[in-house]
Amino acid sequence: MTRLIGILVGLFFTVAVLWAFVTGAANYIAEPPAATAEHEFHRHPKELHLSSDGPFGTFDKQQLQRGFQVYKEVCSACHSLNHVAFRDLAALGYSEPEVKAIAAGFQVPGVDPNTGEETLRPGTPTDYFPKPYPNDIAARAANNNAVPPDLSLMAKARHNGPAYIYSLLTGFQDQPAELLKEFPEAKTPTGLHYNPYFANLNLAMAPPLTTTDQVSYGDGTKATVDQMAQDVSAFLLWTAEPKLEKRRQTGWPVLGFLLFATVLAYLAKQQVWADKKGKKG
Amino acid sequence: MSFPWANEYTPSHPVMKWVDEKLPLPRFVYNAVGAGYPVPRNLNYFWNFGVLAGFCLVLQIVTGVILAMHYAPNALVAFDSTEHIMRDVNWGWMLRYAHANGASAFFVVVYLHIFRGFFFGSYKAPREMIWLLGVVIFLLMMATAFMGYVLPWGQMSFWGAKVITGLFGAIPVIGEPLQIWLLGGYAPDNASLNRFFSLHFLLPFVIAAVVILHIWALHIPGSSNPTGVEVKTESDTVPFHPYYTAKDGFGLGVFLILYCAMLFFLPNALGHPDNYIPANPMSTPAHIVPEWYFWPFYAILRAFTADFLFFPAKLMGVLAMFSAILVWFFLPWLDNSPVRSGHFRPLFRKFFYVLMLDVLVLGYCGGAPAAEPYVMISQIATAYYFLHFLVILPIVSSIEKPEPLPYSITEAVLGSDDKAALKPAS
Ligand code: HEC
Ligand code: HEM
Repeated sequence: MTRLIGILVGLFFTVAVLWAFVTGAANYIAEPPAATAEHEFHRHPKELHLSSDGPFGTFDKQQLQRGFQVYKEVCSACHSLNHVAFRDLAALGYSEPEVKAIAAGFQVPGVDPNTGEETLRPGTPTDYFPKPYPNDIAARAANNNAVPPDLSLMAKARHNGPAYIYSLLTGFQDQPAELLKEFPEAKTPTGLHYNPYFANLNLAMAPPLTTTDQVSYGDGTKATVDQMAQDVSAFLLWTAEPKLEKRRQTGWPVLGFLLFATVLAYLAKQQVWADKKGKKG
Repeated sequence: MSFPWANEYTPSHPVMKWVDEKLPLPRFVYNAVGAGYPVPRNLNYFWNFGVLAGFCLVLQIVTGVILAMHYAPNALVAFDSTEHIMRDVNWGWMLRYAHANGASAFFVVVYLHIFRGFFFGSYKAPREMIWLLGVVIFLLMMATAFMGYVLPWGQMSFWGAKVITGLFGAIPVIGEPLQIWLLGGYAPDNASLNRFFSLHFLLPFVIAAVVILHIWALHIPGSSNPTGVEVKTESDTVPFHPYYTAKDGFGLGVFLILYCAMLFFLPNALGHPDNYIPANPMSTPAHIVPEWYFWPFYAILRAFTADFLFFPAKLMGVLAMFSAILVWFFLPWLDNSPVRSGHFRPLFRKFFYVLMLDVLVLGYCGGAPAAEPYVMISQIATAYYFLHFLVILPIVSSIEKPEPLPYSITEAVLGSDDKAALKPAS
């Protein structure tokens, strides 16, 4: 009885799903999905090699400092860095006085101790990076109706994050002529900027890095657009995964210990089973 | 329960003797996972996964309870509080990655445990109750994992919750009020997050209770084994301790190596990048996908794209998705071959391998965007899934001619079994 009902129920689902298949296939043949500009012209990120790549990789602190400088002098005008506090910058190799000085260079929201009114005061190491806009409405108003996203986790919030950020920053270009020929209606709207690495090809961010030496590096590195883009991508990987080095440094001894313990466990198991070996062993 | 030759607990230390007289807990443990539990001597490594599942459950409870000390279940700060755990709590990053990857590891282990049951016919009499409780555990695990994924309140958390609770909306008449009641509102919000947190904390302990029933039920007939031939004499078994404690110890080591490799070197490989974006009800992600362990069922849900008879497509999808798991409850009665192990069932075995492939295909399609060719592939795979359990299995089990079984476990291991021939089972 169970099996009879089972067969009926099974056939019901099978027929229903095959019916969906047939309807879908007929639709597909009648109206094959149209090609889209996003589908044809979107590109996967370029290769980016960072010193933190691979299971033994570590951050290049010099590069992180340069990347931080790019963030501070360029990106911070529009993008927040909500999850990072000034004290965290010590991990980039800054000394305590340096961190204090960096913090003091930012104005953060505070309260006037005499009147209780909201004011701005210089930052201290325990403060977090201030937001560039008071709220999303202000952010939209200033950016062609798009909110510049927080960058703290950007490197983990996109597939292949650091390479994506690097490609996006160096990928601004004119719309290819073939695109306009094939998809005349996909012309980049005014106020947006064509970039084949962005999911829908047109984004509201104007190219932020445009000229060599836009930022003047203190360590003598030449600040080409490509270099600045690499550096800020490395920095944003650090802001997204500040515990990356510690994680790997913990992982190796853990794996080493487990390997050793597992070999011992294997030998113990062999010993225990020695008298029960069958014809196979 | 158990076999007449099981070792008897004889406490040697006076303290243990005293405890055992007042509360026979030491005796209970000895008979459950000690030398007092005789186990078939021929179990292969697929029998390690039950103990590993138990380990994963404990791991999830321990890491989860500590995470809960730092997490804030409030829609305004939930996302930030997980980042606080990752950045400011001592070893917080390790706890969180351990818990997130622990959930994946738990599902890997439990899927292997279930597929072991499919192949070796572990669900058959006299082990139906173990199996039924297992399916209950699996359903509870799915609910727990789903609600846990909502807690970080990222984009996938929010939209996953919206899609899954939206499924209830497909139920005729009561669907919509039910959905609003489940969420505590029209869309996932603070009320939903709070109740999900509460239930996510509670359910693992419910699972632990059902696991105890599962093992209790296991100890009545005892474990099955790769031949599917029941234990006949003492020479068919070995005491659980030290034989299987040693083997499980080795298995645990291998498991931990793989798990820690993920945890420390690829902690985000199984996660979705969108969950590092805070939940935003105004912005729908391009592709809403659940965690990988739901993909096969998600593919079945999305395979029903056309209305059928009086059933709207969406309702069919929901019915099919739940039925895909509920059929497992009926497995002991759908497959009535007297032979348990797939080793001796030539026809069944072929279909079993097709099913494994089918589940992988469904999983792949479930993680892919809802576009062609994935939808069509998942429709064919869904058809096979239901045919397999509900049509093929009942028919195969009546027409198939099984291969000859060994006389006993001892014979299967040693090649001959004189003792078993002389001394029948008690
Ligand atoms: C003038 C303001 C402005 C500046 C300066 C700026 N951005 Fe942006 N950025 C935006 C806006 C607006 C968006 C949102 C674009 C959209 O969604 O269309 C954006 C988006 C992004 C994105 C996300 C793209 C995606 O996949 O959604 C990244 C990454 C990014 N910016 C990085 C940077 C970096 C790195 C810098 C510094 C080198 C920078 N931006 C400087 C305005 C700015
Ligand atoms: C929290 C999850 C679970 C835990 C901790 C658990 C634990 C165990 C343990 C320790 C065993 C004995 C060792 C073994 O045979 O591997 C076992 C056996 C078994 N489990 Fe589970 N289990 C879980 C989930 C499930 C699920 C989801 C199913 C099926 C849907 C299931 C079905 C079975 C069956 C049929 C057996 C008996 C196997 C045999 O003797 O051949 N279990 N379980």
